[in-house]
Amino acid sequence: MPEEKEQALHQAWQEGAARANAGYVRRRITIDPITRLEGHGKIDIFLDEAGQVERAYFQVPELRGFEKFVQGRPAEDMPQITSRICGVCPTAHHMAATKALDNLYRVDPPPTAKKIRELVYNTFMAEDHALHFYFLGGPDFVVGPDAPPAERNVLGVIGKIGIETARRVIAMRRRWRELIALVAGKAVHPVFGLPGGVAKRVTPEMQKQFQEVAAEGVEFTKFTLHLFEDVVLKNTDYVSLILSDLYTHRTYYMGMVDDRNRVNLYDGWVRVVAPDGKEWKKFRPDQYLETIAEHVEPWSYVKFCYLKQVGWKGFTEGPESGIYSVAPLARLNVSNGMSTTLAQKAYEKFFSVLGGKPVHHTLANHWARLVELLYATERMKELAADPQLTDPTIRVLPTEKPREGIGVVEAPRGTLVHHYQTDENGLIQKANLIVATQNNAARMAMSVEKVAKGLISGADVPEGVLNRVEMAFRAYDPCHGCATHSLPGSMPLLVRVRSQSGQTLALLRRDFDGSVHRE
Amino acid sequence: MRNRQLTRAPQPQAAFEPRIVAFFCNWCTYLAADLTGTSRMKYAPNVRVIRLMCSGRVDPQFVLDAFAQGADGVLIGGCHPGDCHYQEGNYRTLRRYHLLRRLLRQMGIEEERFRLEWISAAEADRVRNAINDMVERVRALGPLQLEPKREDREEVAV
Amino acid sequence: MTPAKPKLAFYWCSSCGGCEETVVDLAEAILDVVAAVEIVFWPVALDFKRNDVEAMPDGSIMATFLNGAIRTAEQEDMARLLRRKSGLLVAFGSCSHLGGIPGLANLFDRESILHAVYLESPSTVNPESVLPLTCHHDKGHTVELPAFHNTVRTLDQIVDVDYYVPGCPPPPRILRTALQTLLEGHLPPKGTVLAPDCALCDECPRQDTKPETLSIAEFKRPQELLIDEKTCLLAQGLTCIGPATRAGCEALCIQGNMPCTGCCGPTSRVQDQGAKILSCLASLVEGKEDAEIDRVLNTIPDPVGTFYRYGLPGSFLRRKKLNEVQAPK
Repeated sequence: MPEEKEQALHQAWQEGAARANAGYVRRRITIDPITRLEGHGKIDIFLDEAGQVERAYFQVPELRGFEKFVQGRPAEDMPQITSRICGVCPTAHHMAATKALDNLYRVDPPPTAKKIRELVYNTFMAEDHALHFYFLGGPDFVVGPDAPPAERNVLGVIGKIGIETARRVIAMRRRWRELIALVAGKAVHPVFGLPGGVAKRVTPEMQKQFQEVAAEGVEFTKFTLHLFEDVVLKNTDYVSLILSDLYTHRTYYMGMVDDRNRVNLYDGWVRVVAPDGKEWKKFRPDQYLETIAEHVEPWSYVKFCYLKQVGWKGFTEGPESGIYSVAPLARLNVSNGMSTTLAQKAYEKFFSVLGGKPVHHTLANHWARLVELLYATERMKELAADPQLTDPTIRVLPTEKPREGIGVVEAPRGTLVHHYQTDENGLIQKANLIVATQNNAARMAMSVEKVAKGLISGADVPEGVLNRVEMAFRAYDPCHGCATHSLPGSMPLLVRVRSQSGQTLALLRRDFDGSVHRE
Repeated sequence: MRNRQLTRAPQPQAAFEPRIVAFFCNWCTYLAADLTGTSRMKYAPNVRVIRLMCSGRVDPQFVLDAFAQGADGVLIGGCHPGDCHYQEGNYRTLRRYHLLRRLLRQMGIEEERFRLEWISAAEADRVRNAINDMVERVRALGPLQLEPKREDREEVAV
Repeated sequence: MTPAKPKLAFYWCSSCGGCEETVVDLAEAILDVVAAVEIVFWPVALDFKRNDVEAMPDGSIMATFLNGAIRTAEQEDMARLLRRKSGLLVAFGSCSHLGGIPGLANLFDRESILHAVYLESPSTVNPESVLPLTCHHDKGHTVELPAFHNTVRTLDQIVDVDYYVPGCPPPPRILRTALQTLLEGHLPPKGTVLAPDCALCDECPRQDTKPETLSIAEFKRPQELLIDEKTCLLAQGLTCIGPATRAGCEALCIQGNMPCTGCCGPTSRVQDQGAKILSCLASLVEGKEDAEIDRVLNTIPDPVGTFYRYGLPGSFLRRKKLNEVQAPK
């Protein structure tokens, strides 16, 4: 066939196909590849004939397989190996692993060791929560979801709070992290956890440094809370956003509490409350298998946690569905209060402003996070003042043969479970990890779908919508690295609206700070 | 780019000939091997001999590199314990050999592929027996392919 | 008119985010960096996406710092793209340099990982044996996930690498020095690891207590003894990888009173770090006969995990022998 005729035929074919495709009503919005994100996340939104969102899939597309490749490793290596699940919250894994080792070898660390661990742990929580507020979640509120995209990022935050304050934030975080390294060796991937205690003593000089920085930390947090009140709580638009139904889910909540049902991040009972706020269950960490189950979907590498006795009923909420939530909002919901003075006041204010317990508004996580920040810094102060901190007895040597161990802590992003089975020599035979963000995975998927359905109508996707979709899951401060034991995650998005033939109709880009650009 | 050829060109099924790399100590095993040759003893031609001044010179890196570059087996020959020209060298060999064996087991490499023999300068027959025996054992195991054949690799499959 | 600022990019593959934290841990110094360069691509913090990188002229990025091991086709793709667009490609952190801790997955294959996570986990309720699929159809929708390979690879097994910044994570000090070196333009020979080229023992605060000779009758696991805070850890019987590890980290783990685990990789004179530490520790074993030696070696229960914790993909053997391969579903 002569070339022109072939070309003309080819052209006619293309045009015909395009017409046929344009007539085909199904639409798909793919958010891929995602930028502004630690690791990868992906969202596929499908519209029906009327242009309404039929289904949205929130996918986490990576897996490294920690639960498999730790098999054969000595159990005492686990605190340092599992910390590499996530470089943002390595101390959480390190601590859960260390507690699992205590359980594995049936040793109870000396009181000084527990205090050192809890002190370092609260320092880490403070630093991590502050990072999230100022650099990740905060821009949504400090600068505002409707502010011009160019300002809705960390530079905009600096613009709003001033360069001096920004330096103060950077310096505070640096000082916290230096403290962690002082005891734990390194801030990223600490080394100090051992079964029965910690590796290194706290000297009087070190204790003094802790006391100084702890006091600074409390002041800094009070400032941060004031900032939040001025910028967010006094703004009626923000408050309605927080209280809006679009960002609300009535699920169960889970978190760790002490013997008096107050929030404790390091040790205690795991408590679950129902959507109506009443206690549904309270259990010891080593009983987790009776309560927590994981569900698998073929479209994501993350597994979705749910309450076993309630059952998996799909991505729905309410008392009949086993889906639950963790992290700051959940921890405040499941507890009766905070064990430190200022944090308790902040806790009471939180619930009185938001209309009593439980609070189901996802965006309230940002505020709850600051209440916890205050608790963490006050707790640091308490522990740093303890004279027993510098005691030289920091280890108990194991004598029992290892077999099985479970350790649970509250990571910044939720309840974290490490469970190991070993042979007699202490080599891992099997490991099971329920990692913080997994507990939120189902509710996050629901949040994405709900907001997408609520805001997206037709293929013509308005500019602000991606920000709002992202706000839905950013409030959970997700960590996809943890969730799939794969890569850490926040959710920057690229929304590409495509016709069935693959032609791009619109391209929207969402920044990690929340700003959205239309291409 | 630091890239090594991990799998050599696949050989037709019927003709697998094991490739053994041997590290022989200059003072005994190497001399014995010479003697094997001059005595016209027949032994399998599958061995490439590398002469070192002492079996203790065998850096574990050599052994792993040999496997990585396509050797199907590695043989070390040294002086009998107590007879080392440098006094202690062969004890180092023995300790490293044992730890290497444990590592290779974890890496899924069969035991028969890595062998240590104490052979004195006069023991030409030991050289012949060790080589012949090892070649047959490795022949039975087949080629050491650390990674699958090209067409099975994920680069193509994904 | 001020000259254009050199362009810098950061990207991550199969990593944990700890290397990103190192950048943030430059703390106040990061404001100086931001003033001196133009960051054109940094998925964690900035909004640029793949299309922006593709649109850049080849070689226009002065340097890209890439962390994370290479595990998926998507990561390989990005590595190749960034190689094209960058004058210099820097492998940043243990994972891209040596394979890192995710490299321990090279002791297994993809199928066994999927089975362990989705089928064998005691908390997972999965009666229909559902596994994540690379392509899934649900009510007329097609949803995709990237497949991951059987074998984890280092960056230089995929593309040409100019420099390496070692560590897990690289200490901020090493990153600062690396950035200064590149910005000042006094480029070292290609392939240099941007950290001191001597063993950690030379930097260790406890080196004065390191004995001339050592004969170990029993290796100790850290929970088996109260670790002295001043004495050489190897002398205490712990499997400290310091002798086979590059310096530059100020021996932070030793300052935390725990042994070095080898994250900075070897010096330039060693190709396979695990083999070298194996050689070193074996040499110290007390015993001249098989039985004695075996008894001592029983106290190192996991040679590959101890010697190759960070370096398995970058080692000579790279992975455990793989017997069968199945294509991803």
